Amino acid sequence: MQTEIVIAGFGGQGVLFAGQVLAYAAMDNGKEVTWIPSYGPEMRGGTANCTVIIADEEIGSPLVRYPQALIVMNLPSLDKYEQTVAKGGTVIVNSSLIERPIHREDLSSHLVPANEIAESLGDKRMTNVVMVGALLAVIPVLPIEAIEKALKDHLPERHKKLLPLNYQALRAGADLVHKERIGQQA
Amino acid sequence: MAKELLKGNEAIAEAAVRSGLEAYFGYPITPQTELLEWLSVRMPELGRTFMQAESELAAINMVYGAACTGARVMTSSSSPGISLMMEGISYIAGTELPVVLVDVMRAGPGLGNIAPAQGDYNQIVHGGGHGDFRPIVLAPASVQESIDLTGEAFKLADKYRAIVVVLIDGSIGQMMEPAELPPMQQVDRQRPNWAVTGAKDRDRRILSSIYIDPENEEQTNFRLLERWNQIEANEIRYKEYYLDDAEIVVVGFGTSGRVALSAVRAARAEGIPVGLLRPISVSPFPYARLKQLSEQACGMLVVEMNSGQMLHDVQTAVGGKIPVEFYGRMGGVIPLPDEILEQISRLCYEPVAPSANPRESWMDRMDLAKN
Amino acid sequence: MGLEPQFETVYKRPDTFTPTTTHYCPGCTHGIAHRLVAEVLEEMDLQEKTIGVASVGCSVFAYKYFDCDFVEAAHGRAPAMATGIKRVLPDRIVFTYQGDGDLASIGMAEIVHSTARGENITAIFVNNANYGMTGGQMAPTTLPGQKTTSSPAGRDIEDTGYPIRTAEMLATLDGAGYIVRRSLHDPKNIRKAKKAIRLAFETQERGLGFSMVELLSTCPTNWGMNPVQSLQWIEERMIPYFPLEDFKVSPNLSQVRV
Repeated sequence: MQTEIVIAGFGGQGVLFAGQVLAYAAMDNGKEVTWIPSYGPEMRGGTANCTVIIADEEIGSPLVRYPQALIVMNLPSLDKYEQTVAKGGTVIVNSSLIERPIHREDLSSHLVPANEIAESLGDKRMTNVVMVGALLAVIPVLPIEAIEKALKDHLPERHKKLLPLNYQALRAGADLVHKERIGQQA
Repeated sequence: MAKELLKGNEAIAEAAVRSGLEAYFGYPITPQTELLEWLSVRMPELGRTFMQAESELAAINMVYGAACTGARVMTSSSSPGISLMMEGISYIAGTELPVVLVDVMRAGPGLGNIAPAQGDYNQIVHGGGHGDFRPIVLAPASVQESIDLTGEAFKLADKYRAIVVVLIDGSIGQMMEPAELPPMQQVDRQRPNWAVTGAKDRDRRILSSIYIDPENEEQTNFRLLERWNQIEANEIRYKEYYLDDAEIVVVGFGTSGRVALSAVRAARAEGIPVGLLRPISVSPFPYARLKQLSEQACGMLVVEMNSGQMLHDVQTAVGGKIPVEFYGRMGGVIPLPDEILEQISRLCYEPVAPSANPRESWMDRMDLAKN
Repeated sequence: MGLEPQFETVYKRPDTFTPTTTHYCPGCTHGIAHRLVAEVLEEMDLQEKTIGVASVGCSVFAYKYFDCDFVEAAHGRAPAMATGIKRVLPDRIVFTYQGDGDLASIGMAEIVHSTARGENITAIFVNNANYGMTGGQMAPTTLPGQKTTSSPAGRDIEDTGYPIRTAEMLATLDGAGYIVRRSLHDPKNIRKAKKAIRLAFETQERGLGFSMVELLSTCPTNWGMNPVQSLQWIEERMIPYFPLEDFKVSPNLSQVRV
């Protein structure tokens, strides 16, 4: 059993940290996990992405051609990665910044206005955590509580005061997806 | 000790600290720099020596000097910087000093780029500077293995008074994985009986790689070779996956080894009897095990992030008994499991003759893929 | 009783010198430079705590002649190697002994940065205006017009640029504690050279930063002169280009009487 997640956006959106939070939570839950960023000049130039693989056994390749899940924080990332998602995979779209619809019909896509949600919570920096919450509501590879614990244990000391806000952001992202589902069922 | 989520470069640095590293000299270069940065914090706070040198050339020669005092020393760099260090590596080998060197490989030749590659295999495994010697080269494939082999590298360096290289690529350096660090080991300031420390209450000592008389140099080379024979006899390391009933054997080190693991699993799921041998010590190389496997298997596939450098060592081991095929990506491109799976399937269903030139046929296939 | 003649020792081999014949050419002043360093190490009682770093060039065998711990560096890298030793063993005395090709050409980066760091080591820099060991090629210190085996028509500054005044250059760096140039061409200057070497090691003992003594030295073999002509050539040709001066003297050295 192996879950592959790509998170992409531009620098400052917390793309790499979102991946790390998943990785911490996976580790704390006794899973095998790899987190690998794109590194190099592009990391100073604006775009950022990372791949997180969560598995039950020793992980082989830290990169995959067709990840099962994708979080895209901005339009260039959707343009770049939409075609790579595995058939039937999941895309969490930051609809605050991405206005176009998803082209592929074989994907389970979820529009999350993460910037608006984060801002309504009072801190734009929560955008990434909103997206992680939404992802885990779709693919329950880890319980939300594991992410909360990871945030508590691994948020840099200077950001610890933001912990309650992070929890709220996580739940807000998850709730949005749950509501969307209930809406679909109704 | 509990597992922590650690970045490869930082994990190696901290593993070195906990192995009792006394002095580090280095120079910034991507994708290795986190290693130097980590030590710039840790070493001074522990009262140990850290220095950013003016170049890799200076760094390796500072390491050379510090190693002469019997201190546990290390440097690290990435491919272009390692090229600059070749001079010092050879002198260290010639002076028979224990030193650990970390090479976080990137793509080349020349400036290349900073993406992960394995193009330094020949430079390190079959090179390591001028003259007649071989360095011990360990090639971890994960963060945990990087930690473990860093500790091992110091022990081997001391045991054989030799240079030990920890060879990874940029992706392992930049990757984060859960891993466990070893307990803290204090610096051992007791000096070995060959170290240069000031001739107090003893005869003076000279440490040098100079043997002006050819007969003496030859004797020295024999001494290095005898030590190498011991290393070959005792220090071969590799990891095997699904080899028990394997008819096809994939061989890959470091990142290409672990990517191949995914492909091997996928092939197994399709019912192909394939296994993986991942050399951990690429120098000394596991020739004997590969020879054994060539008696059991009907074909081998070597996977590398270069144009087929370890390939020749595998061919030497197999001795033409079975076909050895090659698949590589270069320039900073990491092969993905489906590419390797395709090669495994091909080898399974379209047998090739042992005499075929694996590099040529690989290039033909790559051309086909491009068109 | 009372009849045995009384002898006073007026001259002897310093204990810091090994009883070995050096390999230097007749008339070469490397031997004098060696002796001065050995005398200073003995007078300062540094033998047991000194580690020397030999370089590549004519002084490649320096480790044979000094009776203290020694290492042999790669060409030009002696200051880097000395740095490695000194950083691990800061209470030892570490010195390099380098020629002009080694220090001012291939090893220029290492000597500059050791100086800039205020690396607490001492460099003995022997400037004989050519590459001696390889047979007298042009060095960064070769004078304009000087004939060498690689500038057979005389050094053409239009083509090869100008000699480097290393001591002056290094003295511009804040990490320098003591940088002077001396000459070995006559007894008076030899005495001054010894005093400078002493001050260089005093600089190191006091932790006052990088110290270097540049010594103008003869190379009769490669200059194609006899020893006396060589001594004159230093005085007449080298000193005008390479003046014998103190370029940097740490104020903290003013109390030191040698």
